[in-house]
Amino acid sequence: MSLTRLLAVARKEMIHIRRDARSLMIVVVMPVVLMLLFGYGVSLDLKGLPIFVYDQEGSQQSQDLLKRFEASEYFHVARVVTSYAAIGRALDDGRAKMGLVIPWDFSDRLMQGGPVEVQALVDGTDDNTANVLIGYAQAVVQGYSSQVQLDWLREHGQAMQPAPVSVETRTWYNEDLESSAFIVPGVLALVMSVIGAFLTSLTISREWERGSMEQLISTPVSAMEIMLGKLAPYFVLGVFDVAVCAAIAIAWFHVPFRGSYLTLATSSALFMIVVLSLGFFVSVIAKSQFAASQIALIITFLPAFLLSGFLFAIEQMPVVLQWITRIIPARYYVSVLKKIFLKGTATGMLGADLVPLAVFAVVLAAVATRSFHKRLD
Amino acid sequence: MPEQASSVVVENLVKRFGDFVAVDRIQLEVRKGEVFGFLGPNGAGKSTTIRMLCGLLKPSAGRAVVAGYDVARSPEAVRQNIGYMSQKFSLYNDLKVIENLRLFAGLYSVPARELPSRIAWALEMANLKGRENLITRTLPGGWKQRLALGCAVLHRPPIIFLDEPTSGVDPISRRQFWDLIHHMAEQGVTVFVTTHYMEEAEYCNRLALIFRGRIVALGTPAELKRDSMRGELLLVECESLGAAVEALQSAPQVTDAAVFGNALHLVVPDAAAAGPRVRQYLAERGIAVGRIEKIRATLEDVFVSVTTARDEEAFEA
Repeated sequence: MSLTRLLAVARKEMIHIRRDARSLMIVVVMPVVLMLLFGYGVSLDLKGLPIFVYDQEGSQQSQDLLKRFEASEYFHVARVVTSYAAIGRALDDGRAKMGLVIPWDFSDRLMQGGPVEVQALVDGTDDNTANVLIGYAQAVVQGYSSQVQLDWLREHGQAMQPAPVSVETRTWYNEDLESSAFIVPGVLALVMSVIGAFLTSLTISREWERGSMEQLISTPVSAMEIMLGKLAPYFVLGVFDVAVCAAIAIAWFHVPFRGSYLTLATSSALFMIVVLSLGFFVSVIAKSQFAASQIALIITFLPAFLLSGFLFAIEQMPVVLQWITRIIPARYYVSVLKKIFLKGTATGMLGADLVPLAVFAVVLAAVATRSFHKRLD
Repeated sequence: MPEQASSVVVENLVKRFGDFVAVDRIQLEVRKGEVFGFLGPNGAGKSTTIRMLCGLLKPSAGRAVVAGYDVARSPEAVRQNIGYMSQKFSLYNDLKVIENLRLFAGLYSVPARELPSRIAWALEMANLKGRENLITRTLPGGWKQRLALGCAVLHRPPIIFLDEPTSGVDPISRRQFWDLIHHMAEQGVTVFVTTHYMEEAEYCNRLALIFRGRIVALGTPAELKRDSMRGELLLVECESLGAAVEALQSAPQVTDAAVFGNALHLVVPDAAAAGPRVRQYLAERGIAVGRIEKIRATLEDVFVSVTTARDEEAFEA
């Protein structure tokens, strides 16, 4: 291994990046854009959902119930209508996520102490939102029922009874349940997939496509020197982007960072080795820029997006998909990120994530190294 | 590098791609300080051979020794002792002239203290002094080729392999480039160069003609013109060249007929005897004939003659 030759390759690669507007954009602009996009654009919080109300009775009691819906931050009474048909139309065209119908005998039946049913019509196209809506609606109605019961007891001169069991919740790690705190750390995995796999697969297949690889391998430079020399600049840039993203997460989005910076650096370096190796391997196999970059994105970016637990919780996936996530390196990296950002888990307790990540890094680096030969056949 | 008189020794070298035999048992030897030309049409096996000699392709059979090292067994030792210019221009277009030179100096581990003088020398040789900071993409074709040669010889290799170095370059630049090649050879560098330009082949000390993976003739340009023709050459000036060629192909005593410029070249066993007969033969077919004379063969004639002979053998087999 000659450092002179390795540095000669690395230096040339830096010049390529500096003179190529597309690479520069991906290295400099993309991380910031992705951070802002996911930090602001993707919110899993459901707040202010529009509902249409059809109050058939219009009594004091029905208004009390509606006020509770108004007061909740989850609902926004968009409109009060006077027919079922209006609710149907609003659900159809999406102006309402839920329609609430209060029956004409609402107050009468309450007075008699009988059960009363309030109807909620829910847009079920997005099952997740629908479930959340039903939950929130039940909670609001439950609260109103308790109030009615208390009032009834008080009016009938009965002593206050101790309340039945209630849950006193306190949320750990992401105290305000901000989805940006949950999402933003995972963006680091996306950024690295693009830089590590997409950019490197382009740079190496470009050499095959333009014929410069033939000139390169006709010199005494070794396969290992070519590989390390070409990957080193991307490694440095990838780690730099991780730092930028982490800084944005912490300083701009106020995502807590409770773990160790050293663990952040270590896990990022391991994941970087994983994506660089994949990018290199793909470009050696594909040898065309277009094919290599597409394959690189499909095997790194997409899994990092869909199967890493970055947006979608792995525990809620079908069992088969859960198995598949075990061979997705991004899964372990995202898991480490969430733990060190939000939980501050001690490095010693991250073995279940760091060990697989290290194994992937070693195996894939070995595969990449062995795939590349200084021969044209 | 072990001391020996031959820079390149090739014995029964074969390269197969699947069922296709690209290079078929070729045999040659290149002496030190020689400009050795490898002449043949596209697809004849020129690039495949040169790539095997540079250790870029593994020979299927046979042996090649370059600068004293076996290309199959010690390709890295071969690479340290050669300079190679591949067929397509393959330096980095987005690098400056000087950056390309520094890159190759680094790849060939040129010692740091010799770097400035080597780069100055390469710039001088390639006539690119004062153009160090131009982006390679903006250079004209001929300059690019000279830069590529400069990059390939920065480490002063005893042998350089040039694969069609002048294809796509204007005639004046081509001439300059050949001056450069001869300049190198004068300094003791062995040059192995492929081309499909017949006039370029004349600049070589010795030539191998390659056709369908086989060497069909080998020698100095003069030897080839003297020995490899199957007969003598007649120049025939006449009307309607196309009809004349067609008629003459089946004429007795004519081995081969081809259009060269605005006349015909005929290969005949005996020029003196054939001249009058050809005139009569064409006249009988209503074709007016002008001058007929015996001429000396060009390399192109040699090449056509040798390859037609091969074609006929292949046909008969």
